[in-house]
Amino acid sequence: MRRELHAEWTKMRTVAGPAWLLLGVALLTVAVGAAASAVMTCPFGQCSYDPARISLSGVQLSQALVALLAIAVVSGEYSTGLIQTTLTAMPTRGRVLAAKAILVTGTTLAAGTAGVLGSILAARLILPDTGYTFVHGYALPSLTHGPSLRAAVGSVLYLGLIALLSVGIAAAVRDTAAATGSVLAVLYVPSLLVLISNPDMKEWIFRLAPTNAGLTIQATTDLAAFPISPWGGLGVFAAWATAAIALGRWLLRHRDA
Amino acid sequence: MTTTTRPRSQARAARDGFAQLLRAEWTKFRTVRGWTIGLVVALLVIPAFGLLFAANSFSSCMQGTKEVACPVPPTGPGGEAVNDKFFFVHQPLTGDGTITARVASLSGTITYPPPNHDKIVPGNTPWAKAGLMIKEGLEQGSSYAAVMVTAKHGVRMQHDFTEDAAGSASAPGGRWLKLSRSGDTITGSESADGRTWSTVSTVRMDDLPDTVQIGLFVASPDDMTLTGNSLGGSISTSRLANATATFDNVTPSATGEWTRTDVGVTLGPDGHTPHRPGEATQSGDTFTVTGNGDIAPVTADGVRYSSILTGTLAAMIAVTVVAVMYITAEYRRGMIAITMLASPRRHRAIAAKAVVIGSVTLAGALVATVATIAVSLPILRDNGNFILPISFLTQARIVGGTAALLAVTAVFALGLGVIFRRSAAAIVTTFALIVLPYILATTSLLPTGPAQWLLRLTPAAAFAVQQSMPSYPHVLTSESPLEGYFPLPAWAGFGVLCIYAALALGVAIHRLRSRDV
Repeated sequence: MRRELHAEWTKMRTVAGPAWLLLGVALLTVAVGAAASAVMTCPFGQCSYDPARISLSGVQLSQALVALLAIAVVSGEYSTGLIQTTLTAMPTRGRVLAAKAILVTGTTLAAGTAGVLGSILAARLILPDTGYTFVHGYALPSLTHGPSLRAAVGSVLYLGLIALLSVGIAAAVRDTAAATGSVLAVLYVPSLLVLISNPDMKEWIFRLAPTNAGLTIQATTDLAAFPISPWGGLGVFAAWATAAIALGRWLLRHRDA
Repeated sequence: MTTTTRPRSQARAARDGFAQLLRAEWTKFRTVRGWTIGLVVALLVIPAFGLLFAANSFSSCMQGTKEVACPVPPTGPGGEAVNDKFFFVHQPLTGDGTITARVASLSGTITYPPPNHDKIVPGNTPWAKAGLMIKEGLEQGSSYAAVMVTAKHGVRMQHDFTEDAAGSASAPGGRWLKLSRSGDTITGSESADGRTWSTVSTVRMDDLPDTVQIGLFVASPDDMTLTGNSLGGSISTSRLANATATFDNVTPSATGEWTRTDVGVTLGPDGHTPHRPGEATQSGDTFTVTGNGDIAPVTADGVRYSSILTGTLAAMIAVTVVAVMYITAEYRRGMIAITMLASPRRHRAIAAKAVVIGSVTLAGALVATVATIAVSLPILRDNGNFILPISFLTQARIVGGTAALLAVTAVFALGLGVIFRRSAAAIVTTFALIVLPYILATTSLLPTGPAQWLLRLTPAAAFAVQQSMPSYPHVLTSESPLEGYFPLPAWAGFGVLCIYAALALGVAIHRLRSRDV
């Protein structure tokens, strides 16, 4: 396994794309979170917004960059034909995918941690200036506040799971364009289904949709309004990511490259 | 010595014709199975979302303990759904005539809704109105013209629900109003003292019968509060409002008894007691009238056509993927070199590709949107939903505009594909410029102000073609993207997308010419 990790790390480190994408993940998380905190207003004198979700909303955009990173590392080899060399050099295909998954997820966790810490810092600097008044238990995001800490750690884990999910989908779909489309659809389309007026159906979609369920981890207030608990939601998302990786691994092993 | 000859036979010139290029590009498109499948999937997503939405939208109303079909709002003279509920003190008027009155005061109460049903506060909602009206008859939805004072919007002259003209911005108390009919022309005037009059507006109403109802009216729309919902979307709560106006110096030109009608009053669960009735008392030429409700188009409380086409966004992702692959596959396989050899004037090959992908998407999407609307509407009606009526032209704009939106998006994605030469970058850029701003703006992630700017500046502005309800300045609604209102008119929004697509194609052609393939 060390050999595979070393080889994959060399590939990732020696092209410019992955480093830029990782930098983008951290910066986009902070920038969008800071912008969201800055434009926050409290209509009708009531702030019903969750400060943790606002400050961490950048994750909803930087997740797309994480997906791109995974696709570049996995599908990119198919478009250049490098995959054949890779699999000739390292015939244990499961391990190749595992090495890619470990590296993409590990670097994502690092970039995600930087982004999430930056977002919380930005929110602590910006939110008090926007006239955001904290009523009934709404508090500034802080790492010493239990639910905020859970939201922060959970957001980093969420980005890591996005990396796993995307590696799995990219290995299954292979083509860069198709993989990009599939991942974007999985990440963003289910949130459109909230338009459905049937409340039971809506709740079930929310519980099962990977991003809706997964992002519940960011909620720190009004938890009863969510159809799923924060860790339960992240669990659902973890199940999706595991399924995607398993599918990718199975297809990689049973299909001609 | 070498001589270079440049063979330019007629046969070659013919092969270089644009029709041949189109044929070549069309052949490429239809013979790659993945692209055809991708496009079909993209277009099937639209009916799939439409049917899922239709089959899961139910509407039912309770009368006491039994479930009944929901009341359908009346329709106004223009065919639009309207609210037509107010208290009317009136008498018939045959032929021409004038009514004059002074609105001495306008006051009212606002009730907080359940669960904290605990407060009744004095006050008026901004569009609480009292004034003079000429109405075709007492049926809801019949034609009318009225001049009125409002709580916060000054003096207005409104007619036939959708039309609204502003008079002076004076406060409601102590304003004189005059409404007169002369043939098909109705004139509303206002005055500070009852002697010098200024005209608010003059309207022509062709279908008014000879005998109409003329009199005093009071209405007050309910107050509305929108709060964000953790799951996305918003929750609107309404607060019941009543308005009371005192009219004095009432001088009708027609003689006769005054009749009181609570137009559009709803009955309580027992079927005969009026629910929230209005009232009127008279003493000499002074009337005190209390009423509630509104006289205006209905813009909420019904299914909109745009909700049926939610799948457009998902389809857009798939269309983008196909359009990008249509060009990046050539780069990956080296096919682009042959394409450019066959068509040395490079822009023509790209133009041919744009025409093919654009028209294939347009045709397919048109079939998909028309079929989706046709199949979903009956299901929605069967489930008891009221569908907000819109004109045929608006329907055509929504259906055709959605197809055009997808087609131009495909062309835009194709342009980006040439610029980047790599699938992932082109797809993500298209997504980030069109799909993402739309999601951010319409799913309560952003406040209204930034959301509207996103829908002005990014190609997502083109989703304005799906706006189903016009925005009426005299109706209290939250005109945010969240509620389906766009900051730009439909074709201006579509124009923004076209500009982006043209720019992308322009840059693409420039880069194709200036760099090696």
